[in-house]
Parts: sequence; structure tokens; C-alpha cells
Amino acid sequence: MFDPIKEVNEQLGKLRETAETKGIDLSREMRHLEAKLHRLEKDIYGNIKPWDRVQLARNPKRPTTLDYIAQLFPDFIELHGDRHGYDDAAIIAGLATLDGTPVTIIGHQRGRNTKENMHRNFGMPHPEGYRKALRFMKQAEKFNRPVITFIDTKGAYPGKAAEERGQSEAIARNLFEMATLKVPIISIVIGEGGSGGALGIGVCDRLLMLENSTYSVISPEGAAALLWKDAKLAERAAETMKITAQDLLNLGIVDEVVTEVFGGAHIDVSLQSSLLKPVLAQHMMELRGRTQNELLQGRAAKYHQIGTIGS
Amino acid sequence: MNEGEAMTAFFKRPKRYMPLRQREPKIDAPQGLMTKCPSCKYMHYTKQLNENHKVCDCGYHFPLSADERIRMLVDDQSFEKFAGPLVKENPLNFPDYEDKLEKDRERTGIEEAIVCGRATIDGLSVVVCVMDARFRMGSMGAYVGEAIASAVRTATKERLPVVLFTASGGARMQEGMVSLMQMANTSIALKQHDEAGLLYVAYLTHPTTGGVSASFAMLGDVNVAEPGALIGFAGRRIIEQTIREKLPDNFQTAEFLLEAGQLDAVVHREQMRSFLKKMIELHGGEVHHV
Repeated sequence: MFDPIKEVNEQLGKLRETAETKGIDLSREMRHLEAKLHRLEKDIYGNIKPWDRVQLARNPKRPTTLDYIAQLFPDFIELHGDRHGYDDAAIIAGLATLDGTPVTIIGHQRGRNTKENMHRNFGMPHPEGYRKALRFMKQAEKFNRPVITFIDTKGAYPGKAAEERGQSEAIARNLFEMATLKVPIISIVIGEGGSGGALGIGVCDRLLMLENSTYSVISPEGAAALLWKDAKLAERAAETMKITAQDLLNLGIVDEVVTEVFGGAHIDVSLQSSLLKPVLAQHMMELRGRTQNELLQGRAAKYHQIGTIGS
Repeated sequence: MNEGEAMTAFFKRPKRYMPLRQREPKIDAPQGLMTKCPSCKYMHYTKQLNENHKVCDCGYHFPLSADERIRMLVDDQSFEKFAGPLVKENPLNFPDYEDKLEKDRERTGIEEAIVCGRATIDGLSVVVCVMDARFRMGSMGAYVGEAIASAVRTATKERLPVVLFTASGGARMQEGMVSLMQMANTSIALKQHDEAGLLYVAYLTHPTTGGVSASFAMLGDVNVAEPGALIGFAGRRIIEQTIREKLPDNFQTAEFLLEAGQLDAVVHREQMRSFLKKMIELHGGEVHHV
């Protein structure tokens, strides 16, 4: 793929090398190229289209749930299993502390390479994954621990066995239980938020989205095929369907958009985590100040106001 | 090219065959008088079929409109329809969406893909919600979601059971994420109803798929379905593409799900009323004499 930024960067590197090895003053040329680089970056990332964000959200190098956990929660202890005979690797769960207070962490987990993806089923959970998540939510409720969920899935797995074992029921059950879970829930979309498979761990008090993540009821390709009978119109669908963080903030579905590192979260996961952490901590502090009643009424109102007028 | 050459060229032209589209056999009687069963092809007198709950002798359940369902289920004159919720009609400003809604309104005579209200079944008070698949394939947008949530909240306040008939292709594409969030909106209302100790029966009819199956359709204290109804989360074609194998014919039917432990019962339409009446009675339903 042609990457103008990379190209200018390479030119700049060569100039620097020449200047150093040959002792020639090339500072004017270098300043010129640096200015060009800055302009290019601004053009490309400043004017970014929904479809570009879809590509960024799908970038195989994009940090996964475990990458953020490693940065944000160094004391994370992973715990496993749905207690009914299965441990879905597409959902991870465990305990950690946030600013000294215990929290339960649940998230979709993609693989970072093919082998990992086979193990993680590309981050697409089976019903058992949702039931595993639910077990940890109920545990969090028992010990009055807030829940933080990381959303990063193309969707719940569309398989024969998944249907037989109640994919619909598993997701529905989680929505039902999260509706009145008596502890704060914060969800963060870090990559792709794919429909019911995302919402299955995403009913929350605060919904945060990384700047270049997407959240949609169907993939842009799927929407284009369904609505206009042409999957090639995906780029248009990415705009029309309003799936970016900013679009969803405008619709009142997302509570806050987390700024991304210049060029995308994959450029520097540690810097990205340091951008996410204060936002997360701030929302957690606000939610922890609420009584149980305020919390649950607020959660119900949050979903009630979406799509309705004058409520 | 002179006339003679043109004639020769005409006769030399290779033969071409015009494709003839196969037509339905011409036994389709005047519209309305007769109705053909799409399953066994039997021709019914529409009037007789209607008297038979719109069920063919072969067991095929014809789809019902919301009004037909309500008439079949509740006591005469007992249905008090709830006002529709106040929602943003086109939250994404999706091109041509309002026109599509308008056309479906004209065609079906209903405001949206669901009708909700208060009624009695043999004197037992109940809140009834019925989806209508004729309207935008029964898909769920803000109207459908909020109509359900609001009807359920009323039921919670008045301590009434809820019976909800699903018939839906899933999310309303033109409402995008606003549609997806209705899964949460409806589930929250149902959970509050549940915590008040009240009965909710989900009655799944053909088809119940996608976001509707993955929310209120599966959240009943009792989940039942009509025979032969298609019920599932993902579409058959997507699953076949994903697992690269052909699915059995009965895959995602009500009977298939019953066997897989995902439903409480498959209830024939003839038993619908008596089944629901019994359920409401068993859960402390009271007769309210008007």
C-alpha cells in the first residue's frame, strides 16, 4: 500500500544520513521535508473519513483487550470458565485494581496473529463466552466491585453449535442481568463493536469509545449488501450508518470519545493507555459517588432517551 | 446494405430462443376468496381458513397481522390500544427512510411494526404486544423498542402480566445503532417487570431473528413458539458460509429449538388462547369484571 508519510520519512532519513556522512549542510531541505511531513499527517489524519476509521479499527496491529490490560492493570489476575463445561477464549475475565480499588474486568479477546486467532476464534464468542462473562458480573455484584468491559468483536459467532446452545438466549440474558446489576459498569469500545455480540457485554452506565473505533448494528459491507444490494458500497454505508465514535457521540449513544495517538492506537499502546486511563478514572469516580438507586435509574434513563423525544 | 442482403442476413441469423418465465398455475382464484397453502398447496376458502385460526390442515400457520392476532386472542371489545411512543422518526437522517415508512403505513394501515395495549383474556387482565411482520419485516427501531419498553413499564405499574408476540427480521437497518440500543432499552424494562415478580410470556412467531431473538424474545418466564416458526440469531446463509457445511432443513425451526432445550413449548395456534389463559391463572392472574 502506498504510504506518503512513510515515503517522506524515508527521504528525510536519507537526507539526514547524507548530511552526517558527507558533512554537507542540508538543513534547509530537511526543514522543507519536515514541513511537508507535518502537512501530510494533518491532511491524512485530520481529514479522516468513516471508512478510514473502519480500516484503523480493523488493523491487525490494533491493540487488543489484553494489551490495554497489561498497561492499565499490571496486577490483573485472569480467571476462567463458565462452570458449565467450557472456557471461551474469545472472552477474557479477571480481577485487578483501578487506583487502589478492586474491579472486575471482562473483554472480547482477538488474537494478534493467526495462531492466536484460531485459539480466540477471532474474538467471536460462543454462548458460553457470554455465560462466562455473566458469571463474573454476578461475582462483581456480590463483592460490590465495579465492572469494566472492553468491546472488540466483529460479532457473536454465527455457527450451528452456537445456535443450538442458545446464542440468542445467552446475549439476551446478559442484557437482562446487566440492566439492574447493582455496581457501576463502564464499557470501552477499543476496536470493532459488532452488533449484539458487542452489546452482550456492553449494557453500561458509561460508554466510551476510542476515536478510531466503530460500533454498528451490522458491518458496512453487510449494510451495503442488504440495503443497496451491493457490498461495494460499504464506504458509503460507513458514513450513512453513523458508526464512528464522533457520530455516536452526536447521537447521544456514546458518553465520551477517547482521543487516539496520532495515526492510531497501534502506533503506541502505552501512550494510548495513558490517554485512556484518566478518562476511565474520572467516569469511575463519578459513578462510585452514586447511590444504587441513582445508578440504576440513570442506566435505565440512558437507554430510554436514545431515540425518544422529550424524555 | 440493400433490401435483398438484409433479407438474407435475417434468415441467416442464428436462432435465438426467448426465455419464458414460468408462471404460477392459473388456478389462483379471485383475490381474497381463495387462499393457497404455501406448504401443501391446498386451496382453502379464505373464510373457512379464517375460521380455522388461519391454520392449514397440514399444520402450516399462515402469518397473522397484529389486528388479526389480537382479535383471535382477547375478549371482544376488551382491547385498549396504547398510544404510540414519541420517537425520532429518522434518527440517522437515512436517505428515503421516511418514504418507506409512509408506504408501509398506507399498505398496512398500522403506524409501525407493533401494536400494544391492555386487554382481557377470559376476563384476565393482561398487557399484549403484537409485532406485525408486514411492516418493514417487523424490524425493530426506536418506535418498536420504546413501544415495548413503555407497555412493559405500564404493566409493571399496574401489576399486570405481559404477553409479547414476536415477528421480526431483527434490527431496523435504517436506524443503525439507535436500533441496536433498543435491545438494551426493552431488556431493562423487562428486568424491572421481572423484579416486581410479574409474569412475562414471550410468544415467538415466524420469523424471530437477529436482535429481537437476542433480546426480549428469549427473556420470558415462559418462552413458546408457533409450529414451524423460524427462530435464530444469525442467518442460515451466514452460518453456512462460516462453517462451510449445509445445515439441516429443520435448522432454526421452533421444533429444532425445542429439541435443543431453547424453548418451553411449541404451541399450536388453536391452543394459544387456552394456553395463555392457563399460564396467567397459574401466576396469580385475577379476573377484573368491567
